[in-house]
Amino acid sequence: MGQAADKKSGTVMVVGGGIAGVQAALDLTELGYYVYLVEKSAAIGGAMAQLDKTFPTNDCSL
Amino acid sequence: MDPYNEGLAVTRPIHIDYAQAVPATYYIDPEACLYLKHGTCQICVSSCQSKAIDFSQKAEEKEIRIGAVIMAPGFGRIPDATLAKYSYGQHPDVMTSLEFERLLCASGPFEGEVKCLSDRRHPKRIAFIQCVGSRDLGCNNGYCSSVCCMYSIKEAMVAKEHDPEVEITIYYIDMRTQGKGFDAAQQKAESMGIKFVRARVADVMPWENNLKLTYSTLDGMHRFEPYDIVVLSVGLDAPADAKNLGEIAGFALNNYDFCKTETFAPLLTSRPGVYVAGAFQGPKDIPESVTQSSAAAGLAAGLIAKDRGKALVHKTYPKEQKTGKDEEVRIGVFVCHCGINIGSVVDVPAVEQYTEGMEGVVYHAQSMYSCSQDAQEVLKAKIKEHNLNRVVIAACSPRTHEPLFQETLKDAGLNRCLFEMVNIRDHCSWVHANEPAAATEKSKDLVRMGVAKARHIQPLPEQTVPVTAKALVLGGGVAGLTAALTLAEQGFQTTVVEKEGTLGGHLQHLSYTLQGDTVSTVLGELIDTVKKNKKIELLTNTELSQVSGFVGNFSSVLTTSKGKKTTETTLDHGVIIIATGGREYRPEVVLDNPIKYSEAIVTQRELEQRLAGKGKNPAPKSVVMVQCAGSRGDDLNYCSKVCCNHAVKNALKIKALDPSAQVVVLYRDMRTYGFAEDAYRQAREKGVVFIPYTMDNKPKFKGSGKKTSVTFFDPILRDEVTMTPEVLALSVGIVAEGTEELSKLLKIPVNEDKFFLEAHVKLRPVELPVSGVYVCGLAHSPKPVEEIIVQAQAAAAKAAIPLSKGFVSVEPTISCVDKEACIGCGLCESLCPYQSIRIIKDENGKRKAETITASCKGCGICASHCPVFAISMGGYTDEQINAQITAFGAK
Repeated sequence: MGQAADKKSGTVMVVGGGIAGVQAALDLTELGYYVYLVEKSAAIGGAMAQLDKTFPTNDCSL
Repeated sequence: MDPYNEGLAVTRPIHIDYAQAVPATYYIDPEACLYLKHGTCQICVSSCQSKAIDFSQKAEEKEIRIGAVIMAPGFGRIPDATLAKYSYGQHPDVMTSLEFERLLCASGPFEGEVKCLSDRRHPKRIAFIQCVGSRDLGCNNGYCSSVCCMYSIKEAMVAKEHDPEVEITIYYIDMRTQGKGFDAAQQKAESMGIKFVRARVADVMPWENNLKLTYSTLDGMHRFEPYDIVVLSVGLDAPADAKNLGEIAGFALNNYDFCKTETFAPLLTSRPGVYVAGAFQGPKDIPESVTQSSAAAGLAAGLIAKDRGKALVHKTYPKEQKTGKDEEVRIGVFVCHCGINIGSVVDVPAVEQYTEGMEGVVYHAQSMYSCSQDAQEVLKAKIKEHNLNRVVIAACSPRTHEPLFQETLKDAGLNRCLFEMVNIRDHCSWVHANEPAAATEKSKDLVRMGVAKARHIQPLPEQTVPVTAKALVLGGGVAGLTAALTLAEQGFQTTVVEKEGTLGGHLQHLSYTLQGDTVSTVLGELIDTVKKNKKIELLTNTELSQVSGFVGNFSSVLTTSKGKKTTETTLDHGVIIIATGGREYRPEVVLDNPIKYSEAIVTQRELEQRLAGKGKNPAPKSVVMVQCAGSRGDDLNYCSKVCCNHAVKNALKIKALDPSAQVVVLYRDMRTYGFAEDAYRQAREKGVVFIPYTMDNKPKFKGSGKKTSVTFFDPILRDEVTMTPEVLALSVGIVAEGTEELSKLLKIPVNEDKFFLEAHVKLRPVELPVSGVYVCGLAHSPKPVEEIIVQAQAAAAKAAIPLSKGFVSVEPTISCVDKEACIGCGLCESLCPYQSIRIIKDENGKRKAETITASCKGCGICASHCPVFAISMGGYTDEQINAQITAFGAK
């Protein structure tokens, strides 16, 4: 983190570390931007991490 | 209390939410910690051997400079007060759907066993109540939460799988399974015996050992039923801190405290540079959240395109050491306890000891958690210390953990393919949990086989393929134009191909939206912006006639017709976005009634054109609208998602033009999901009459033209009613157009309804199985314009990834053709699902197969079918697999 903190440009902040925030952060890094992903709880994953299975593949959510 | 399990289980004040949590670091729950609450205890400080607990840490404020913000705070909870009328909080067996989800889950409070919370008995009867905290002005949530119908069906089906004997009833107002493939799921649920009852639930009360659920049906009857568990299908509320967030970041909220956005700019907040994604933009499910996230990422990237790559930090690795074919094999074996996950069943020390003296094994060890950070450091140190050049890890599943260990190998200067993983968790300790001795023996067998394979594994090269930084967008409707604009704003040259002479697609035929936008104005602006953008080339009257190549290196032939003259141009490009759209379906039979379209019998689109017309009397005096005309099993097998909104939009327009006009809407389920529910309510308030019909009792049409009468059953009157409206408006669906031809051209699969099949329904909703090809709009599935725009932006964002990188990385485990042995039969080319192996002519003019490394997914189909064994898979050569099989027999 320290390396980018003093850079002024090319960075994006994503507020929320659920599936939406994580996906946005991943895509932004793939597109060439440094991301600050801000999540208030101790782990990312949000509500999706609490789901058992997801339709229609019944894949485990984790 | 364990918040991860919705408070249904207890945990310690210092804990980790779940085993797979990221970061996998324990944390102290400030609400439960005796020191933080009462200033006592602190036992943890002295007992932590790593001295990792430091209570002197304080929250810090940091100031960072950023170019854009994406708001994705998710959704909030429906307040308990709203749930109280169903005895939630008073009886433990009344639970929310999220609590029930935890009960179903193997990591839940009863390890996946569904039990009543009151007395731990297994429930025999379960009820779901829909629309709890949604479509309910009582709690100020007038909107529909969009996801509850589908998740209830899923939970009901999973509960049925746990116990096929359990009886499940879902009480609903409308089943809103409008998503792609969702209706099919409901049909499956019905076939599993899950009951669906259209009713309003009055209350739920404790009743001896059970719960009494009282409900009223449309015919005005009150009934009650006993249940063991009642699940409340709670909706998605706005995030609790939405107001605060809006104030801090300076953007506006809507009247429900979700982020305020516009139909044609769904992800822009009221503050420039701040984008929104996910449920905070409006209640939505996972695929739509994921789509919005990619789209928002693309928009943010467009905003700060000039700074791309400036802040990126690249990880560096030590130089890879050379591992020659003749070099001495030095294998290190690491056996993992995985806490008690493996260690409580498999005798890990015995398995480790078993490798002593095996050919090639120069080091072996065991570890408590081989995936932990300190274990990676140990692994690196041991590789160096013992000069290991092959690593075997006996632990869990390579599906989840192989990348982590391979990364460590790279950090230690080893090629990441000099690695073999043996799964003694899933294959031994889990499936043979009750036979520890046999599980240990099997672990030894698997480790012996893994070591045998490891003796033959070779380093594989890390390759990259360059990318032509240009995009081809097929379709010049709102999806194609939006995708092109999103790409151009990120700086990429884009060619849009439209087969018609004009741009704009279906939007050209729409006049207004449910939210009141004037479509022609917005569309005109979009077309102007696209035309002015120097990075976008527009080709009308043009179609794609040929494609060759692969991700990063496509070459297409485009055919333009001008009158009788056709010209062909060839275009080199790196990616393809399919935005070819669909078309209105015009069924000739609706609900068994033959249809002759006329001025009096029209589709909703035709009605809209009449209502928006400048004629003297655009509003008909009386209209009957029929929903699902030709959809949902009437003819097409799916829901077209837009027709209910379209009907409500037109009904409101009629009422606005002439409040005395009579409008009756015959429907199966009104699917005005999300904030469109407000319009549905408004329509009822204005006197539009909505009457449900069923497929057992379909409306009948008689006569023709202006004398067409409609007879239907009114469940409230409990009688047949006949009307002769001025206009009969059919809410027809949307069908895919030209997807089959394109599917053949690009070798991309379509689903049974002829829409393109995405790479992963949930997590890769705009990518297709062929690398470098993306989909958006109606070619993916029917959807309203707001969702089309988001999907187009998402497809553009995904397509921009290879374009901005300038290369695509090739996985080392891909197929490789031995050109000497290949007989050029072409079997592999015809079988490859990813179009990644092709037949070329070699220098002697002989047909030979060649792997397209950039798009090969390493599935192995070609290698397993090659009649002359000319194809081998990196990391899975015949030599390696034979060694494994031989080792299996050589106990």
